[in-house]
Amino acid sequence: MHDPLLHYCLFLADSALILGHRNSEWCGHGPVLEQDIALTNIALDLIGQARNLYQYAASIQGGDATEDTLAYLRDERAYKNCLLVELPNGHWGQTVLRQFFFSTYQYYLFQQLINSTDVQLAAIAEKSLKEVTYHVRWSSEWVIRLGDGTEESKQKMEEAVDNLWSYTGELFVPAAYETPGFGVDLNVVQMQWQQKVAAILDEATLALSQQGWMQKGGKEGAHTEHLGYILAEMQSLQRTYPGARW
Amino acid sequence: MVNEATIWKLFENIFDPEVPVLSILDLGIVREVHVKSKQEVEIVITPTYSGCPAMDVIGMSIRMALLQEGFTQVQVKQVLSPAWTTDWMSESGKQKLKAYGIAPPNHKQLVCTPDAFQEEEAVQCPHCGSYHTQLVSRFGSTACKALYQCNDCQEPFDYFKCH
Repeated sequence: MHDPLLHYCLFLADSALILGHRNSEWCGHGPVLEQDIALTNIALDLIGQARNLYQYAASIQGGDATEDTLAYLRDERAYKNCLLVELPNGHWGQTVLRQFFFSTYQYYLFQQLINSTDVQLAAIAEKSLKEVTYHVRWSSEWVIRLGDGTEESKQKMEEAVDNLWSYTGELFVPAAYETPGFGVDLNVVQMQWQQKVAAILDEATLALSQQGWMQKGGKEGAHTEHLGYILAEMQSLQRTYPGARW
Repeated sequence: MVNEATIWKLFENIFDPEVPVLSILDLGIVREVHVKSKQEVEIVITPTYSGCPAMDVIGMSIRMALLQEGFTQVQVKQVLSPAWTTDWMSESGKQKLKAYGIAPPNHKQLVCTPDAFQEEEAVQCPHCGSYHTQLVSRFGSTACKALYQCNDCQEPFDYFKCH
């Protein structure tokens, strides 16, 4: 492990980029126009955050690295995103629940990261936090609306909780490059995340999952079968026409 | 030699490509101007939203304007901290927005919290002036806007959301 800071930036960047990409798959397919636009906006914010982080990572790595080479020319095993963000969208309810789990995590993580001794990480966190605040609000409102909605929407949200729950544990288990912390105490993030999630699920009349076993590996580069397909699509242009520009 | 005051003046005529009534000074995104020599100038700007595609266009417009002024080395640097806020938007910018049909941002307040279903902001309709308006979607046609509708004149409108 030569540079924990570089790996940590890539972990944050990859997670934002992959979720941004997943959300963008809804573009033109949202249940109603306004919500299609909302999720696409969130995708744009996430990709913007990923750009800031990749630019910083590229400056740490030096040489020929740029935000584009980091996003487009790394293979699956080099990607460090958490598994939660690469899961297929499923139905709308599952997409908004995944957003809620992830945005709530980002919200509490960035609240600590703005005090990081690493000035650039702190600046990116400060910038991102404003957008993430909107994401948390929007996604939690949807979780409540659907959980406490019709019989069918409630049942679909229960399924979504079951499908996603085992992918949330990884967020709070530090990867080797995360142990310097960069000013973040993951135990605190976990406690705050659990409180918020419990409160929103309760308001949504949804039960917390009883599953204790958790998936892991994404942060270290061991992914589900889904990431390869995402990268194949996302990277195809740069891989086919190396160096292509707009 | 072109001095810094001239450059600031020049920026009054560089507009946001998505909200073309606002200059980059109205938006409050130009932070520093450093004329280093006859050829070299550095401009520091701060982005509005992280993923806002207008920032790349704005960076390019700044570069073009300064090349026209005779500079050969133009550096446009982006800094993130302190993070941009709509409180930095000029008063005249807010008036121009309103005249253009976009409700200007309220002062930063309660809405910037993550709490679900909290009390909504009072947003004034830019068409008829009524405060009797409702949120249609927290996200609008661009990253910086939310979608509202006026309950009195019935017109839908964009609100430049507080950030």
